[in-house]
Amino acid sequence: MSDWMMELKSNIPEQRILTELADRYSYSFDASFGEHLPEVVVQAKSKEEVVQIVRIANRYKVPVYPRGQGTCLSGGPLPVHGGIVLDLSQWPEKIDLNVEDLTVNVSPSVLTANINKEAEKHGLMYAPDPSSAHVATIGGNLGENSGGPRGLKYGVTKDHVLGLELVTPEGEIIRTGGQTIKNVTGYDLTKLIVGSEGTLGVITEATLKLMPKPRAEQTVTISFDEVRTAGLAISQVLTSGILPSKMEIMDQACIRAVESFQPAGLPVDAEAIVIIELDGHSQTLEIETDLVREIMNEIGAKDILIPKTKEEANQIWQSRKQVSPAIAKIKPTKVSEDATVPRSKIPDMMDRLNEIREKYNVELVVFGHAGDGNLHPNILCDQRDKEEMRRVEQAVEAIFEAAIDLGGTLSGEHGIGTMKAPFMENELGAVGVEMMKRIKDSWDPNHIMNPGKIFAEKGQKLVLTDD
Amino acid sequence: MSLQEKINYDKTFDCVQCGYCLPACPTYETMERETHSPRGRINLVKLVAENKASIEDLREPIEKCLGCMACTTVCPTNVQYGQILEGAKEVIEDQRSEAGERSRIEDFLFESFFPSGKWMHTLGNLTWFYQRSGLQAVANRLSLTQAAPLHLEKFERVIPAQPSPKMRAKRANHYQPEIPATATVAFFTGCVMDGMFFETNQHTIELLVRCGLEVILPEEQTCCGALHAHAGKIDDSRNLAKRNIEAFEESEAAYIINNAGGCGARLIEYHHLFEEGSDWYERAKRFVSKVKDISQILIEVEELEFTKPINRTVTYQPSCHMTNVQGVKTPPLELIKKIPGITLKELDRPDFCCGSAGIYNIINYEDSMEILDVKMKDVCGTDPESIITTNPGCLLQMKLGIEREGATDTMDAVHLVDLLLEAGPCVK
Repeated sequence: MSDWMMELKSNIPEQRILTELADRYSYSFDASFGEHLPEVVVQAKSKEEVVQIVRIANRYKVPVYPRGQGTCLSGGPLPVHGGIVLDLSQWPEKIDLNVEDLTVNVSPSVLTANINKEAEKHGLMYAPDPSSAHVATIGGNLGENSGGPRGLKYGVTKDHVLGLELVTPEGEIIRTGGQTIKNVTGYDLTKLIVGSEGTLGVITEATLKLMPKPRAEQTVTISFDEVRTAGLAISQVLTSGILPSKMEIMDQACIRAVESFQPAGLPVDAEAIVIIELDGHSQTLEIETDLVREIMNEIGAKDILIPKTKEEANQIWQSRKQVSPAIAKIKPTKVSEDATVPRSKIPDMMDRLNEIREKYNVELVVFGHAGDGNLHPNILCDQRDKEEMRRVEQAVEAIFEAAIDLGGTLSGEHGIGTMKAPFMENELGAVGVEMMKRIKDSWDPNHIMNPGKIFAEKGQKLVLTDD
Repeated sequence: MSLQEKINYDKTFDCVQCGYCLPACPTYETMERETHSPRGRINLVKLVAENKASIEDLREPIEKCLGCMACTTVCPTNVQYGQILEGAKEVIEDQRSEAGERSRIEDFLFESFFPSGKWMHTLGNLTWFYQRSGLQAVANRLSLTQAAPLHLEKFERVIPAQPSPKMRAKRANHYQPEIPATATVAFFTGCVMDGMFFETNQHTIELLVRCGLEVILPEEQTCCGALHAHAGKIDDSRNLAKRNIEAFEESEAAYIINNAGGCGARLIEYHHLFEEGSDWYERAKRFVSKVKDISQILIEVEELEFTKPINRTVTYQPSCHMTNVQGVKTPPLELIKKIPGITLKELDRPDFCCGSAGIYNIINYEDSMEILDVKMKDVCGTDPESIITTNPGCLLQMKLGIEREGATDTMDAVHLVDLLLEAGPCVK
């Protein structure tokens, strides 16, 4: 047994050090691509344990990969260079609400949806709502700076973090930010850490911002004969003085996939649908709903559906939640992208995606948070078909190129991880990437924290097959 | 058949590893590792097919799966977890028998305990004798049963009082309603139900008859084969299926009624055991189309009203197999709500398995008790006087849970059928 393993075993309870092959393989993947076998999985349940583990790893220069529930779509928790998977999902859940301050302190293992559930008991809400919120941990959300439909109106994870407790790659505990909304004391390390994909340390606690829960919601579903019209309609609404809480788009393939999985009465003959959620006071909602209806009629929408009951509305949003996994029925392998463009460029991006679909002959479907320009082009393919996978790789590159051309970004909310790393320079330039690397070097001199993510290794290319 | 085919390698590709199954899985919650989650198990099955892991690596994660199928209800890509699990079990079982390993427990259970109604009757009689003769009291006092393997003593304590062999022998194979019969149904008695909950079976027949249904009990019926399939003994399970299909074809009944969630789940999947297009497949399909849980038929015929108020607070523990495999969710709740005077307090997490899971609680006793403790916490939160359930395994497990909580004086576990009969069902 290696020295570092011996040290781990003398510091952490044995039943939480997993070395059996079956256990190690069970932490070798996430919801994205690739399978990497770690040497050990360690399950930490306190910050003291995290400190011990990270110190041992730093001393012996063994890589550490923090992991929540492994729902990541960009490879964040993958142990690409072997070493220690640090499983934080079994940490006891702590949700301490400070209702009067509109804040909440949480442990990293808390499922994101549970924070909102607790907040709602007090008429409050935790706004970020990634589709996987009922499965994913807040630790993972912080690491990846996750978004979600409500990002349109309320922003993404980073906009709701007031402070963090972090174990640095050298095993020290620091606190960033605090309990207040305003705080300009020094560099904003909180925002640096959120979205750093576990490369700067291990988050052991977070103070999050809560907001008053809107009094009411109104869902409106609009179907279109043309995807481009749907794109235009989105811009129209946003420039009409209304800020919906959500504005989602689904193309026909997505509509059909969810309808065949769990029928929710979506129009399967529409080329695209836009689902809007307005929130606020019920009287305001009436006025805004009428306004949306007018805009849609004017622009030539095919049909407007306003659910009559809360259950009907919930069913529509439930089906939106199911899109990502349900489209995998089309073909088993799913390459999920989250290239994001300025919202006015959505129609152009839709056109570019059409061209890409045809040029590379791939099953490309589109859904996403159209209101904030964050689309999810997904390519459905079969990992076992090598020739097809080559075409998919080219199509993915073309998607990245299109997003950057239109003034957008590689990733709106999934993170860079392993797959998008080779394209960083295209968006940020060589110096931009270099500055980021310098930050990483000074935080993590031994490069033990989640190596292989964000920064491409020399000659690294996008590869979607195992060999 | 190649290993890849047998272990359903192709089906594993339906899993996109989204992890949506994790919060639904009881063993992931209590065992606290991904290895004991549906996503982890499916991944291991895939790895075995790819020769990256051995069948031995797969054994524990598969054997510790409850098979409650809660994951299939939340799975957005409709992964055929049931078939993947059964395939994995078969491969493990094959390896075990090739290696000449025989498990004593399973030999006992599968070769003498479950296969025929006769044996279960004998068991019922023995249990009756054991209880009536005073042997049980003596055994308890001397802690004799403590020496029994597999914690069977824990189960013995919660087995209900058994009717005398005479009572059993008195049962007819054919019951006519007093009013003209509207249809003929066949009753699937189930071996555990018939062995340990004979009276509940009698009550089931009584309910059907009161609805105006003619009830037939085909003599040649046998064990449904669920437990065999769960243990990887697919061939045995298939043979039992054939015998039942034949027995019920002869009865020419409109419906095949059962009152055990686990058996019902097996019965409605009989066609999976045969090759599509084959004669047996077609016969199985016809059989399957007639299978109904007692609660479904009572809601459908809508003939009964309940005349005797039951002033009691109850909670309902659904059978996982009834919910997740049969897809029967609301009929039992609707029936409970029809009883005058009753207060129904639903569980916070009704879909969380109770840990009984066939014979899981016998074979994996400690793991099962951890799951039961989670369940009982939820149950106690509703502070019920009765826990209502629809499956013998769940019923015994709930009784065990009540014992563990030390609540035998204030709480009991009741089969839905017994509750309904207590409520004075009459034709409208």
